[in-house]
Amino acid sequence: MSAPPISARWREGVDVILAQQLVLGLLVGGLYGLAAAGLSLTFGVLRVLNIAHGELLMLGGYGSFWLFTLWGVDPFLSLLGVGPALFVLGLVLFIVLFRFVVRAHEEIRIKNSLLIGFGLTLVFHTLAIRLWTADERSVTTAYAGAAAKIAGLTIPLSRLGGLILAFAILTALHLFLTRARWGRAIRATAEDWEAAALMGIPVERTYMLAFALGTSLAGIAGGLVSVAYSISPAIGLEWTLKALIVIVLAGLGSLFGSFAGGLLLGVAEAASVVVVGGAYREAVGLLLFLVILLTRPSGLFGGR
Amino acid sequence: MKWAWGGVGLGAAFALLPYVLQREDLLNLGILIFLSVALAQSWNIIGGYAGQVNLGHAAFFGAGALVTRSLWVAGVPLLVALAAGALVATAFGLVIGGPAFRLRGVYFSIGTLGLAEILRISVGNLLPEISTIPAASLAAYSLLPRYYLALGLAILSVVAVALLARSRLGLGMQAVREDEAAAEASGVGAFGHKLTALAISTSLAGLAGGVFAYYHVSYYPQHAFSPTWTFDALLITFIGGVGTIHGPVLGALFYVILKEYLAVRLVDVHLLIFGTLFILVVLLLPGGLVEAWARARRLVYRSG
Repeated sequence: MSAPPISARWREGVDVILAQQLVLGLLVGGLYGLAAAGLSLTFGVLRVLNIAHGELLMLGGYGSFWLFTLWGVDPFLSLLGVGPALFVLGLVLFIVLFRFVVRAHEEIRIKNSLLIGFGLTLVFHTLAIRLWTADERSVTTAYAGAAAKIAGLTIPLSRLGGLILAFAILTALHLFLTRARWGRAIRATAEDWEAAALMGIPVERTYMLAFALGTSLAGIAGGLVSVAYSISPAIGLEWTLKALIVIVLAGLGSLFGSFAGGLLLGVAEAASVVVVGGAYREAVGLLLFLVILLTRPSGLFGGR
Repeated sequence: MKWAWGGVGLGAAFALLPYVLQREDLLNLGILIFLSVALAQSWNIIGGYAGQVNLGHAAFFGAGALVTRSLWVAGVPLLVALAAGALVATAFGLVIGGPAFRLRGVYFSIGTLGLAEILRISVGNLLPEISTIPAASLAAYSLLPRYYLALGLAILSVVAVALLARSRLGLGMQAVREDEAAAEASGVGAFGHKLTALAISTSLAGLAGGVFAYYHVSYYPQHAFSPTWTFDALLITFIGGVGTIHGPVLGALFYVILKEYLAVRLVDVHLLIFGTLFILVVLLLPGGLVEAWARARRLVYRSG
């Protein structure tokens, strides 16, 4: 008569595994949200889709990696360097490339931005292989293995830190966009650039700021990825797609929508790992993306 | 017309090449060029003539390769296997294009990007083993039939684009590319033209994949789905001259020969060079080599 207890314990085991996976999914989801927020900002304001967003994230990750291995800078602290560095890279990319793209009419603008972003992915990818080889890297801090145990669930602290920081950064950005003068200029330009121009807002500089903020967010997300997960030159496309999935899930124009969409994607992926196995983790997320893209193109949460 | 005679001459020269020089390396280089011509022309139809930026062309190349290889190795006659590969590639195209073309702008681009990634990951998970030709066929392996098959495909793709460019259908595609609303107003159905362009494009890409699968003795099935193929198609088409008949041919010659030359000396830096060249072409010289040639001629005639 020992069959029921074993099956009951088995069920309980599955529940713990599922709960553990969901927690991990939630933690990685915050980074999906952060990556998506940057892409959504540039897409929403400039109407250009930068396919190289994931590559910028990858560069940010290597920035943290370098600061840590060369000078022993704590990866969370190194974000103070990586964020501004990627901001500057964003300014340069805008001035050299995207400044010319945004001058074109809407359809040409999107098309050219896709093409140029695609070219950039190749350039950054090759550059990263040159600089850091194709190996997987991660920042291994003294506290890398530290984890909190809550109700039988393991919560890796560096990942938890990543999630909290992602949320904090999005909150700060939200305050900037709603309260600060330049933040309002960005929102006005996103709504109607012609009207914004008539109100005396320097549209091109606003575009430049929004684009650089987007790349900076990508860089910070990359830094967090390098602490809690691992980076390699090949992760760019993967992260671009994650960000796109989140945007399709959450729609454009809301930072917290992106964050929620990121968490949702993380959890959905984690659940799929338990249900269909880890081998299909990426494929499940992407399939979800295609189905939503093809059925509810405005995003589940409405919006534009 | 001069370009047409040049093309006939080039085709004849390639057809006679094996009779003049029996060098394996030249045959292999020829096959690479022919495959590149076919792949680039197939992208040119949807991207150049119909104006829809396909960022996942590898999906269709890979689908053609996978189906053709599996059937051919199982003993199905080669031509039937090739046709089946082209058919499956087209089916994937319609699955994405059908819903995506009802919407405007970026949906087709990110849909194809996602599709290629789903297929790449899934094929890598399902078929991790290297695919090798069975020993019996290996003994009979000869390069010449591969050479002529690939040459035939390249010629087919050029002829298809040449016929299309002048046909009512091709003109309709170009009208849709230039201005969708105006095309619709003139009675040119945008949806039908885009979908037809995609069907022709993906079937050619599937055939190219099939020839690739017939040509290679052993390769990882996942390799045929690698983003490299999408990059190749875009780089060749844009460097040569997008939306022209002879551009992709010039681009393929330029790209493959230079790539072979550079890869020996600089390992992977050639990707950096081509990526940068691609971005420059998109930004500064949208007509590629074809336009550069025309401009140079005008300059010479004016000063001469």
